[in-house]
Amino acid sequence: MFSIFRKSWKAITDKPTPPPEAPASPEPQTPRQVQAVEFVIAPNDPLLAYFLSTPGLVEIDKLVMESPALHSLREAGVKISVPLVSQGELIGLLNLGGRRSEQEYSVDDRRLLQTLATQAAPALRVAQLARQQQAEARERERLEQELRVARIIQQTLLPKELPDLPGWKVAAHWQPARAVSGDFYDFITFPDGKFGLIAGDVTDKGVPAALVMATTRSILRSAAERYSSPGRILAHTNELLCPDIPANMFVTCLCIVLDPATGYLRLANAGHNLPMHCTASGVQELHATGMPLGLMPGMTYEENESWLQPGDSLLIYSDGLVEAHNPERDMFGFPRLRQCLPCAPESGWRGDTTLIEYLLDRLSEFTGPGWEQEDDVTFVTLDRLPLPEAGVDPGASAGAKFEAWETLAEFALPSEPGNEITAMNLVAEVVRDLIQPPVRLDRLKTAVAEATMNAMEHGNRYQEELLVEIQVLLSPTRLAVHITDHGGANPIPEPESPDLEAKLAGLQSPRGWGLYLIKNMVDEMNIRVGDTEHGGTHHTVELIFNLKGDDHGPAPV
Amino acid sequence: MAQHLFEARLRQESGKVIIDLYGEINAFAAADLDDAFTQAEASDCHEILLNFANVEYINSTGIALIVGLVARANKKQRQLVICCLSDHYQEIFHITRLSEYVTIYPSEAAALAAA
Repeated sequence: MFSIFRKSWKAITDKPTPPPEAPASPEPQTPRQVQAVEFVIAPNDPLLAYFLSTPGLVEIDKLVMESPALHSLREAGVKISVPLVSQGELIGLLNLGGRRSEQEYSVDDRRLLQTLATQAAPALRVAQLARQQQAEARERERLEQELRVARIIQQTLLPKELPDLPGWKVAAHWQPARAVSGDFYDFITFPDGKFGLIAGDVTDKGVPAALVMATTRSILRSAAERYSSPGRILAHTNELLCPDIPANMFVTCLCIVLDPATGYLRLANAGHNLPMHCTASGVQELHATGMPLGLMPGMTYEENESWLQPGDSLLIYSDGLVEAHNPERDMFGFPRLRQCLPCAPESGWRGDTTLIEYLLDRLSEFTGPGWEQEDDVTFVTLDRLPLPEAGVDPGASAGAKFEAWETLAEFALPSEPGNEITAMNLVAEVVRDLIQPPVRLDRLKTAVAEATMNAMEHGNRYQEELLVEIQVLLSPTRLAVHITDHGGANPIPEPESPDLEAKLAGLQSPRGWGLYLIKNMVDEMNIRVGDTEHGGTHHTVELIFNLKGDDHGPAPV
Repeated sequence: MAQHLFEARLRQESGKVIIDLYGEINAFAAADLDDAFTQAEASDCHEILLNFANVEYINSTGIALIVGLVARANKKQRQLVICCLSDHYQEIFHITRLSEYVTIYPSEAAALAAA
């Protein structure tokens, strides 16, 4: 590294390994000319040590030492050198050739030179530092510009808009701690109308995390094209990610597949924070176990299910919230999160902001002003909108509501195999004009047939004399079908999702689909137990269909 | 109410054995469906195509029968494919996730054309 000093200043460097000889002025000069000459002093040149140890003027012709630099100076016609030294470092030389009068330099000349050198050295040093800082600032600016572009690119990897699911409200918030983030979320629409929600968090933050995030997101997307089961999506992603992810990095990831028509969801979790299910009766965490993605191959991911009822919310969040610290170094933590969720009695939720705004307010209250965000903060919320209030009596007190039901049809059938089809067709005739489009009517028919079959088989045990009673009811917004057995004590189990893999492997009976199918066909299903006049027990399955439903029919294969 | 409203007929085309299904797939279809599948397995064809074009109704027991056929095909290393399911039953195949284990084609021609 060397610099050029103009106007007959000559250049010097004290820094490493320059060519040993000076690329110096090739021709003898006339003393009148003002010129720039570049040359270097090697760090081991004795002249350098001499300049540093001898403050003041140096008469070049009087020096005796084996020094390539000295030789170069002489060749360039330099008579006097004044080293410019700042803080023990040689930063330049003030070099003069012979006087125009060819006389020796006078005492005054020498004094002037000395004064000049004393003032020039710090000024030169300041100029050098300023130049260095400018270069560093330019480099910083370039890096910042790159990060700004990286952030824009990363934002394009997040969903550009929120999904429009009728009956649902989806919201998201993504707040990286640095320019780019290891947090991500994604929405996927499956061909059958199901809705996929993925949230992930790569260990670490900043650029390394952002790069792994981009890869993980792509793999998850391609996995979701192959599979619709959240456990399989995660397992497949893990297999592909493992060989490529740097050691000691991994990704926690939550995958939820929701049927927007029914609120039924399946979830699998690769070590991500458990989603919070907020219901009228409290907060529940939805559990499913699994190792974070990218740690080791061959992992399987447990799949669990849940139902989001009208009015319920699901909160998905990353570590940035629960691991935030206040100035006293307390952590926000899970208990505080649970307490401040709207359904918790302690929450003080006013309901006039969205859940995300509300949580961000709680976070900023907790951390206080001037918080330096420690980790990426991401929220995704999924709200199932409350059902419209049907049949509100204008005379009733505020808030009180009831649904005015009108009975459209009632009939009873003996418990005889095949009668479920009769029941299905009878109900379909009654409601044909109320439930549209045809794909929704088909769902209703399947639900009625399955519920009738359940009542005949499990309730009445196909004793023909035992009847299945069917009632069709209509409110201004909904249609209900009540199917009642008279079989007594046999309880109707809650629907579980049958384990297809176990059935295919012969580990489980291939049957057991009835209640699961029903629940997927209707907008709401309720099971009631009541006593008959004769002291027996009966079960009623209530199937509810919204009159203004949405067609989530399957896409053509 | 007539109850035995199911029939299964076999034919071969393009090196594949096709089982045409008619009527209602429920508990009553079990024996006939089983027989048809056994016959299909006796053929040399690797691929067995279930054609649902004339199926009017499938209930949960019917789904269980199909789960049984998928398991059987897997075990015997036969490829089972399906065609001509109505929109509603396609939805049910998705809900039950059977669609992850059998390929569903919109038409018989598409199923036969597929490798």
